[in-house]
Amino acid sequence: MSDPDTRSDAEFVTFQAGGQSFSLDITHVREIRRWSAVTPLPHAPKEVLGVMNLRGSVIPIYDLSARFGLGPTAENPRNVVVVAMIENQTVGLLVEAVSEILSVQRSQIQDTPDIRSESTKQSITGVIPIEEGMTRVIDLAAVIQSRGRQAA
Amino acid sequence: MASMNSIRDTFFEECEELLEALAEGLQLMEAGEHDGETVNAVFRAVHSIKGGAGAFALNALVAFAHRFETVLDALRSDKIALTPEVMHVLLRSADHLADQVESAREEREVDAEATAGFLTNLDACLGEIEAPPAPGSAEDEDPCFGFAAVSLDFGPIEVEPAPVAEAPPDPAAPPGYQIRFTPQPALYANGHDPALIFASLADLGALQVTLDASALPDWDGFDPAGSYLSWTLRLATAEPETVLHEIFEFVEGLCTLEIGPAPAETPMDSAPPEAPPADSAAASEHANDHTGDPQAYSMVSPGAEPPPALPDPAEAQALPAGAKPRRDARPAEDDGASGGPKPTLRVDLERVDRLINAVGELIINQAMIEQSILDLSLPTDAEVITHVEDYRLLARDIQEAVMAIRAQPVKPLFQRMSRIVREAAEATGKSARLVTVGEATEVDKTVIERLADPLTHMIRNAVDHGLESREARLAAGKDPEGTIRLQAAHRSGSVFITVRDDGAGLNRARIRDKAVSKGLIPAEAELTDAEIDNLLFMPGFSTAERISNLSGRGVGLDVVKNAVTALGGRVAITSQPGEGTEFIISLPLTLAVMDGMVISVAGQTMVIPIASVIETIRPGPGDLHDMGTSEKLLSIRGRFLPMIDVAQCLGFPLRDSDEAPLLLLVETESQTQCALIVDAVHDQRQVVIKGLESNYGSIPGVSAATVLGDGQIALILDSEALTSNRSFTGHMQGRSFPSSAGVAHV
Repeated sequence: MSDPDTRSDAEFVTFQAGGQSFSLDITHVREIRRWSAVTPLPHAPKEVLGVMNLRGSVIPIYDLSARFGLGPTAENPRNVVVVAMIENQTVGLLVEAVSEILSVQRSQIQDTPDIRSESTKQSITGVIPIEEGMTRVIDLAAVIQSRGRQAA
Repeated sequence: MASMNSIRDTFFEECEELLEALAEGLQLMEAGEHDGETVNAVFRAVHSIKGGAGAFALNALVAFAHRFETVLDALRSDKIALTPEVMHVLLRSADHLADQVESAREEREVDAEATAGFLTNLDACLGEIEAPPAPGSAEDEDPCFGFAAVSLDFGPIEVEPAPVAEAPPDPAAPPGYQIRFTPQPALYANGHDPALIFASLADLGALQVTLDASALPDWDGFDPAGSYLSWTLRLATAEPETVLHEIFEFVEGLCTLEIGPAPAETPMDSAPPEAPPADSAAASEHANDHTGDPQAYSMVSPGAEPPPALPDPAEAQALPAGAKPRRDARPAEDDGASGGPKPTLRVDLERVDRLINAVGELIINQAMIEQSILDLSLPTDAEVITHVEDYRLLARDIQEAVMAIRAQPVKPLFQRMSRIVREAAEATGKSARLVTVGEATEVDKTVIERLADPLTHMIRNAVDHGLESREARLAAGKDPEGTIRLQAAHRSGSVFITVRDDGAGLNRARIRDKAVSKGLIPAEAELTDAEIDNLLFMPGFSTAERISNLSGRGVGLDVVKNAVTALGGRVAITSQPGEGTEFIISLPLTLAVMDGMVISVAGQTMVIPIASVIETIRPGPGDLHDMGTSEKLLSIRGRFLPMIDVAQCLGFPLRDSDEAPLLLLVETESQTQCALIVDAVHDQRQVVIKGLESNYGSIPGVSAATVLGDGQIALILDSEALTSNRSFTGHMQGRSFPSSAGVAHV
């Protein structure tokens, strides 16, 4: 912490969804699992694929690509589920692949540029430049709360 | 610091139990079913709270408990009579004591004015009798210091001043021994502990230990490794002397030991040695009344009943009479008195829940194994099939046993309600009493906790609006005192809790008018009585039109309903004009398992609670009748029942098969029947309920989920929500998620 210029103070798990790079603060990530069949839920928004059995817990699986309007994730054996936790809520995010763990300084995170889509803006807290371009830092609470917003 | 906090936590936990005991005792007294022991128990409860509170310097609590206790003491010694007025003050004081404990726990200040009011009432009870405290007695001192219960827990040994006077000489006492035991320094050096030896002796029978500390030198000449103490022990036992020698076997040669027959009736400690007290706490507390008294301790083995008590006339004489009542009530004696409660174990709830979760997994695992074996298509007499069957039974046994840990009687909850009735009656100027039935009924702890608020509300409602005023009741030829009946019972896998008043019943015309004026129903709507009654549960029905200190009828009844629904239960209401109103809450016995029927709907495996299913029907073509454009009716045994397509309700793709559907005849809480259309029925089994709420949210028509034998998740259908078609559609409109519009325009 003494030398903020050289020491990274944040870690993000980056993954691919809908052909774009997203990342999530590593403190939220519990594990990465292979995709397994889910049980669809009635009256669920299309990004909620259903619920999965995670060692006895029932966790909802969100299709991250669909959530950001990039179309449903195509079936692929390489698809993985990022199991994430926020407060006491455990959810799974279906992504195409997990890329890497990114160590950055908080100062490197740029604010989300002023884009038109409110929904996207609310679910992305910022962007981090990486070699291949940039990765979008998702706001997990906002991503999974979309359901509540629509219901209201 | 942490350990102090945990002691504090323990104190408050114990307070809860003591307050329960207090409420229970007072209830008996109120009902006139008490005896001396009841009053003693009440006294002890207050006394123990005071004692604990003293240790944490909760002075306000101590002072109040002390005054409360004084009144109880007067009552116990028949100095005052238990009049209805006194009873009332006792009950209200108990309520206030509970409040004070609660405030102390939350580290809030108590309303001093209220306390003063209660204190005045308590003093009024004592009235003319000797103004407490009696001069010279323990009560004279500041209550904080007057309290004398320092109970030191040394495992099986209760080191307490010998209970005197209550232990009359027992002529039938077994022959005893007198033991003179003087350890040498080597005994301590070898790691022996006289207390442990005494404890072993106490296992043989009542043991009286007298310490002779006369050999203790001044500090100047004190050798910390030396041995200065000796003991005279008197043991009442029928065991042969050899048994005693066995106990001393390991210290033989390390002490001077004399074992002889106990001298009959000779007060062996009549010549008190000049012994400085070993226990400084005991010393300061008894300094006044124990001058020159030997440090006499008594050890009573827990199993010895009745204790073959040994008289101790010297001590009895040494005690001033005024101190006696105080000593009767030492909390340490509570354990022994009245048979004592069943031994219990305090366990962190989290540990229990972890166990419950693990057992849930076990059940799932068992189902998976059973499934795998079934898939092998082994001959039915294969040994493994028997084993699997045993495994299934064992797993269920374990599960039931584990669930029973969480189950608790509703008694404490019900007891709290008697206070609510008292307060509500006081606030409304009515007289009401609470009658509780089925207090021993056990319900899951979570259910009990989450039921407290809705129940409180319903009880208040019942007093405030269910019961008529005294005058109206007299005019109607009823007992001027209203009765609220609170009942719990187990019936067919559910727990039923009913709150019933013997008031005037619901005024349906008024309810209907109000609902119309609130725009909840159209003015021309024709409603049955039951439908009108159920309007009370509608959100928005409540109104501030009626001014009341407590609650308007209907205020928050929708909240009650929501709370109960959240527990997987239902509320129903029935009312008879002039006879009263009854609310019936039905709750699942446990929140964790359920007997379910495994079915298929729209290609999905689902579970429906077996309790709601009456039968399965494969209807013939002639049994189905179109009704309007889309609805179908089923005719069965001369009746026509609505048919509900579950897949459609859940928004899943519809079946387009021509074959006759399979129907589940289900019955709802309100006794209406209808037929659910499903694809197939597979199996009946116990399923572990997994909530959807915490990780996702509630889904209309689905109450929870479970994990099937293959590890897949199956949704558990809420048959009630599916069948109460009208409310369900309304629910759906309010909550549906219109085609994910929120994300479509990214």
